[in-house]
Amino acid sequence: MAIAGVHNTDQARALPDHDSTSIALVGALGALADAGITPHEVDGVVGTDCAQIALELGLGPCARRPTSLGIPALLDAASLIITGQCNVVLVAAGGAGIHVDRASTAPWTRPANELVVGYGLFTAAEFALMARRHMLTYGTTPEQLATVAATIRTNGHMNPDAVYHGRGPFTPEDILASRMIAEPFHLLDCATTSEGGCAVVLVTSERAGGCREPLWILGGASDSFGPAYTVAPVWDFQPRTDSLPAGLVGARAADMAFAMAGLGPADVDVAELYDPFSFEIIRQLEAFGFCEPGEGGPFVEDGNIAPGGVLPVTTDGGTMSFSHPGINAQQLQRVIRAAEQLRGSCVTNQVDGAEVALCSNGGAGALFCDVLMLGRERP
Amino acid sequence: MSILLPQPVGIPAPRPSLHSEAYWDGCRRHQLLYQRCAECGYRGLGAFTVCAQCHATSPVWEASTGTGSLYSWTVVWRPPDPSFRVPYAPAVVRLDEGVWMMSAIIGCEPEKLHDGLRLAVEFHPANGEITLPYFAPARDGAGQ
Repeated sequence: MAIAGVHNTDQARALPDHDSTSIALVGALGALADAGITPHEVDGVVGTDCAQIALELGLGPCARRPTSLGIPALLDAASLIITGQCNVVLVAAGGAGIHVDRASTAPWTRPANELVVGYGLFTAAEFALMARRHMLTYGTTPEQLATVAATIRTNGHMNPDAVYHGRGPFTPEDILASRMIAEPFHLLDCATTSEGGCAVVLVTSERAGGCREPLWILGGASDSFGPAYTVAPVWDFQPRTDSLPAGLVGARAADMAFAMAGLGPADVDVAELYDPFSFEIIRQLEAFGFCEPGEGGPFVEDGNIAPGGVLPVTTDGGTMSFSHPGINAQQLQRVIRAAEQLRGSCVTNQVDGAEVALCSNGGAGALFCDVLMLGRERP
Repeated sequence: MSILLPQPVGIPAPRPSLHSEAYWDGCRRHQLLYQRCAECGYRGLGAFTVCAQCHATSPVWEASTGTGSLYSWTVVWRPPDPSFRVPYAPAVVRLDEGVWMMSAIIGCEPEKLHDGLRLAVEFHPANGEITLPYFAPARDGAGQ
């Protein structure tokens, strides 16, 4: 199957005229327009707002999957197409009006599970506990983490569509000079929060023939060790003696995605990696096989993830600078940027001749990680 | 640098669930409990009703010695909720029974935290109902 259309709505610190569903609908209409497909051709909707979207777009009777997150939602959409249940599936997501209590961190960062809530856990601390183990084991440094953040934030600084456009450029020293949030993470090592919507349209290969510029899903898979933010985030946790440690969540998914695509890490031209915190990029580079275990820090320090490097990463600015509108849209936005890279339509940081893109969602602090690979060529 | 302290009463506190009541009851009487599969001895991550190894449905609660080692930690300066007093140090503790648990370190300066630091449990109230297990550096000879 193919991606026929993608769209990001305006992204902003706040979109006071919208709630999550209404901005997801704006994204949906934009992605359908991008695909050149009329809304009434849609016969499946995936996303937490799927039923409301089906109602408002007048799609009934149609298939629906209330899947959250980006890549899992796309993989569910793909399964609706592969099993012949649907021809045109809309994956839409939005976040607005959620983070209103500014004295606290965003609600999706502080789920109140009984085993963690009393210790003031939130996403920054959860990911920090994974980062600390990596630093103890491999000697990964705050400067290497800061290099990731400076690279991605500078990508967003350049991007006119980013919420934090024009705030940089950033050096690793700028990151290290920002106030401490949860050691080793400084403020600028962390994602921002914002509001926005987005959507992707998936179609059968047959339907893709009539589309302007279809992009092809080469492979994808998901890894999870359990619910996010409810138990201690332990790098070395192995539920079975023969399982990978939780710190390598996503490694299996990446292997599967590469095997489906018949490709390897060296074939990837651009990696739209999910960047909730700077360290997570270093971890994913290792888990996905772009470098050896423990080499992620030196890999980023050598400039490999910067524009023009061996593997440009998160080229729009990611959650650190482009946008971070709740747990669903922000994950889908990695796929949208990958699609824009393969089309050659990025206004900034376009990777010349990009043919293969890898995107990711999640991270070790949340005990899940998803991988999706897209290509220009029909497989 | 200041000494890490327990959080004041009034922070967002745990709400016990059906399968964790025994754990919180133990904390209330200052006894740290952990779960072990009665069939194969597996120790899980968090509260469980099925053993992840042998899938027996008979986990039992055992008393821990309350000693362990520091496995990972962070020092938080921007809390998720304004009722938390900073800095505080969420930590993963490896109990001597081989169980990982989430807690926070108290009773020392943040700079003194290091991999493998020997720790002993201490109990402090989170509200009128809930007592939280914290860990402090073990006193000389304790938990060796």
